[in-house]
Amino acid sequence: MDNPAQGAILAGMKQDADVIIAGGGLNGPALGLALGQAGLRVTVVDAQPPRARADAGFDGRAYALAIASQRLLAAIGVWPVVADNAQALTAVKAADGRAGEGPAPFFLHFDAAELDQGPVGYMLEDRFLYRAFLAAMEAAPNLTHIGATAIVAQTPGVAGVTVTLSDGRQLSARVLVGADGRRSGVAERAGIGRTGWGYGQTALVCAIDHELPHGGIAHQFFMPSGPLAILPLPGNRCSIVWSETDANAATISALSDEDFLAVLRPRFGDFLGEIRLAGPRFSYPLNLTLANAYTAPRVALIGDAAHGVHPIAGQGLNLGLRDVAALAEVLVEATRRGEDIGAADVLDRYQGWRRFDSTALALGMDGVNRLFSNDNPLLRAGRDIGMGLVQSIPALRQRFMRQAAGLSGPLPRLLQGRAL
Amino acid sequence: MQPATNTVDPAEVAKFEAMAAEWWDPNGKFKPLHMLNPCRLDYITTQIAAEFGRDLKAAQPFAGLRLLDIGCGGGLLSEPMARLGAQVVGADAAARNIPVAQLHAEQMGLEIDYRHTPAEALAEAGEQFDIVLNMEVIEHVADPQGFLTTCQTLLKPGGLMICSTLNRNPKSFMMAIVGAEWVMRWLPKGTHEWHKFITPDELYTLIRTAGLDPVDRKGMVFNPAAWRWSLSDRDLSVNYVTTSVKR
Repeated sequence: MDNPAQGAILAGMKQDADVIIAGGGLNGPALGLALGQAGLRVTVVDAQPPRARADAGFDGRAYALAIASQRLLAAIGVWPVVADNAQALTAVKAADGRAGEGPAPFFLHFDAAELDQGPVGYMLEDRFLYRAFLAAMEAAPNLTHIGATAIVAQTPGVAGVTVTLSDGRQLSARVLVGADGRRSGVAERAGIGRTGWGYGQTALVCAIDHELPHGGIAHQFFMPSGPLAILPLPGNRCSIVWSETDANAATISALSDEDFLAVLRPRFGDFLGEIRLAGPRFSYPLNLTLANAYTAPRVALIGDAAHGVHPIAGQGLNLGLRDVAALAEVLVEATRRGEDIGAADVLDRYQGWRRFDSTALALGMDGVNRLFSNDNPLLRAGRDIGMGLVQSIPALRQRFMRQAAGLSGPLPRLLQGRAL
Repeated sequence: MQPATNTVDPAEVAKFEAMAAEWWDPNGKFKPLHMLNPCRLDYITTQIAAEFGRDLKAAQPFAGLRLLDIGCGGGLLSEPMARLGAQVVGADAAARNIPVAQLHAEQMGLEIDYRHTPAEALAEAGEQFDIVLNMEVIEHVADPQGFLTTCQTLLKPGGLMICSTLNRNPKSFMMAIVGAEWVMRWLPKGTHEWHKFITPDELYTLIRTAGLDPVDRKGMVFNPAAWRWSLSDRDLSVNYVTTSVKR
């Protein structure tokens, strides 16, 4: 061997990429950027055409980012681009409410001072976050972004996995990551089954402009028919995530904007003054879907492909970014040890790290939703007292809050804002 | 070096494929080595990077370094070293391991020079290396002092030897013989002979006598709660690993 690095160069040449990521939403690009910045060669394959979403104007869709998620965005260089468009959450108030009554007397009130580390989270519109990801992918040296192209087949082998794209191209890599949502084709083709159920609920999502300042405070009212979240955006504007039974939601969706507001108004009282719609209204049927495994030979699942959760408290993206951070760390560590990053024992480390946490959270949120989506007077009294107790015991409240902020458990480095 | 598939009976290839799959199955016969491997690799990569001033975050950090893996088996250490850019010679005294390791490296697209040879023959042929890996080998050799002297001969000046083995004390008897061989059946009975285990101080003496400077030693500790091995600065009571330099 004349060339000392010949063996390794040969190995690099054999695969088109180290990692192929199916899905160009938010988790896929986040993982791609984290891996690319650590020196891995990544191809992101997105079935959607990127421009359609990037050019969108204000549509009211927004995320409640936990602090850990914001740190990850900072670590991969996306945060500075979106920071000016983010609304800091100074406090989250959760209350038990019933239509016409406004919040019940006992309510949880978390504020930034209790966390000891600035805001409790940030609200950020989808359009700003997605645009920032798109620009970052264009600029990333080790990342290839293929839009408007689906993966139609995948074949795992001894040394890697080969995927076939809808345009007939074939690409090979060490690992294929499914970041392709709750109906993940990657999971299905890998033979990973799913467990899940519908909630009989639909989320009504819209943005409102209001008269009085929100002060950066997010509100979550637990109503008998489902939770109502009021999440502050920059200016006198809020994002509304309102869950209703499917039947109610269908009726409400059919209402005119004026009638819609008339139904919405009594549900959160008058603390924001006059309200009016700031954009289109969306509705999403709610269901829980968990993949029976997070890995298969040469395959790993992240985000909704692994666990599609109830969007209560905006945990879907936060949970997905925890997958991103854990998988990125596992793959980068394996790379630096010289391991085969798609080997079963390497992928097992990711599954072992994430699966318990996300399943527990998914089922926990399911439980919270079931407990609160109920108008039984006994249950209602019980949860009022329970919330009063949580409120009066600072340690319990802090724990509840740190979990919601994604700060508990063994944290991957990216979620601490540290580079890999 | 001819590829394995050109020099062996085609009927043998299927057997080698099965053996390679066995060597590389993380839950198979060599599970204990697979479990130990990340911990060994963390130590090896850190020591090599420190000694030769390489950045593990860079691509191909070990490019230009010639490395000998003694007792390479199926290539569990040789392959990662090749992936990191090192020019690797894998040597094993067991002839059956060589085609198996060659086949797997080929499947992975890695070029590794596997040889059925004792270390002594390489030394006699005047082969020289920047790094000699001598991992979980010395407790199996008849003459540890002679073996380490051979390793010293194989090193270029400034070269690095990384040597791991098992400590000799009542705890190591319980863990490595009773625990790993008798109870957990991780290793076949008789894999290890406890009286051949070497204490860290004995090993340092052997290394110095061989003409090398010991520069670092760490324990490798199995944590049953996390079900994972990790490095320890203090606990060298069972498995441990050392680094020495040829001045």
